[in-house]
Amino acid sequence: MRAFDYQRPESAEAATRAQSGAEARFIAGGTNLLDLMKLEIETPRTLIDISRLPLDGIAPTEAGGFSIGALVTNAALAADPSVRRLYPVLSRALLAGASGQLRNKATTGGNLLQRTRCYYFYNPATPCNKREPGSGCSAIGGHTRIHAILGTSPHCIATHPSDMAVAMMALEAEVEILGPDGQTRTIPLADLYRLPGDTPHIETSLAPGDLITAVILPPPPPGRQLYRKVRDRASYAFALVSVAAIIAMENGRISAARLAFGGLAPMPWRDREVEALLIGEAPSPALFAAAADRLLATARTEDGNAFKSPLARRTLASVLATACAGNS
Amino acid sequence: MHVTLSVNGTEHALDIDPRTTLLDALRDHLDLTGTKKGCDHGQCGACTILLDGKRINSCLTLAVMHEGDAITTVEGLSTPDALSPLQAAFVAHDGYQCGYCTPGQICSATGMLEEIAAGWPSHVTDDLEADPALTREEISERMSGNLCRCSAYPNIVDAIAEVGGAAK
Repeated sequence: MRAFDYQRPESAEAATRAQSGAEARFIAGGTNLLDLMKLEIETPRTLIDISRLPLDGIAPTEAGGFSIGALVTNAALAADPSVRRLYPVLSRALLAGASGQLRNKATTGGNLLQRTRCYYFYNPATPCNKREPGSGCSAIGGHTRIHAILGTSPHCIATHPSDMAVAMMALEAEVEILGPDGQTRTIPLADLYRLPGDTPHIETSLAPGDLITAVILPPPPPGRQLYRKVRDRASYAFALVSVAAIIAMENGRISAARLAFGGLAPMPWRDREVEALLIGEAPSPALFAAAADRLLATARTEDGNAFKSPLARRTLASVLATACAGNS
Repeated sequence: MHVTLSVNGTEHALDIDPRTTLLDALRDHLDLTGTKKGCDHGQCGACTILLDGKRINSCLTLAVMHEGDAITTVEGLSTPDALSPLQAAFVAHDGYQCGYCTPGQICSATGMLEEIAAGWPSHVTDDLEADPALTREEISERMSGNLCRCSAYPNIVDAIAEVGGAAK
């Protein structure tokens, strides 16, 4: 691990000012950042410890939703009684990720900002456009079992590994950000992430010094909430494919649908055209197949991840069938 | 850099490099070698300790971040003359072969039983709002962050089930 200067600012405002300098990183849970620092993939000159800032509460909002402090642990969020009752898709997604030990340390903000687990990003001996811009992508043409098939570019096919963010995407969560100018702004979660394009090293819309202070959940949408994760072992593994679904039915037809996908793309993936195709229709295998066709219309696969297309198709059909049956 | 760690009820003043993980501080600076280094990347669970009663991977946090926190290692769970219930159950059920993962398993199980008692659900809990039962399936899921390369899992689950069942 490279040497760094350790700081523990007394306030969020002081933290953002400290981080707006060059090569500084915030640290909270540290479960991903320290892993990457040990491998010298992350080499911050300054480490700003925000773990003791008072951002660890879960509070109702005036709009009828909840504000989740950026430092709420994944374990505390999954176990929160209101989250379990009103946002089960979020509890389920959190509980499907990592291990008990990691969930006790990993935070809400850190989970959103965790880096890809692409084998080549993690291996400093191989080229990677995310790690060393312009060096090339070793995954394309390499081992791609865990890689993306949607939203990729010729420069990067890495996936975003979070389960939590997939559920939050379906819940239309917003991210509250404090900037180094002391101003707070709120953006949709979908706008936090950037697709790789020709700058895969730029993963979010955050500017230097920006600190995520909270995630805002809108009031729970109508319908049944489900999270389904398919992975290589039964526990403690990243998703090959995951689906967060919130489906409402009226008179035997789908009246509202939100779908978000993990394991398929460089960011938690939502496609409104897939959802629009379901609205007003009676559930059927043909409808679910049409939804999968639309989802995968732009899929670009490698030899090693081509299986994800049929896997996503079958997982989506299974989730939709379960969600619709639970509503009738 | 100066930090005071509270480990097993005793305060220790240390002067350490900020890069020192909590795991390395325990093993190399405080000679508390019960906590094991396996992968050093949060994947194996051998380094599990209790931080303010919650189980965490001590390899993935920095010692300087834990001034004033209550740190409990396997050495703090008992004395050689009076084993903790989980330690006794691991002996009785032969919940190990080489023993390297055992301190992490026992610290993790200690924290896990508290999580069950607090009503925390898991990935395999059917009803998110009901109090979870301590089934073998629940134990396996909740202990998935602790690997045992000897694969003593059936006996580890037996040991935890006995203590968890008796605690209910």
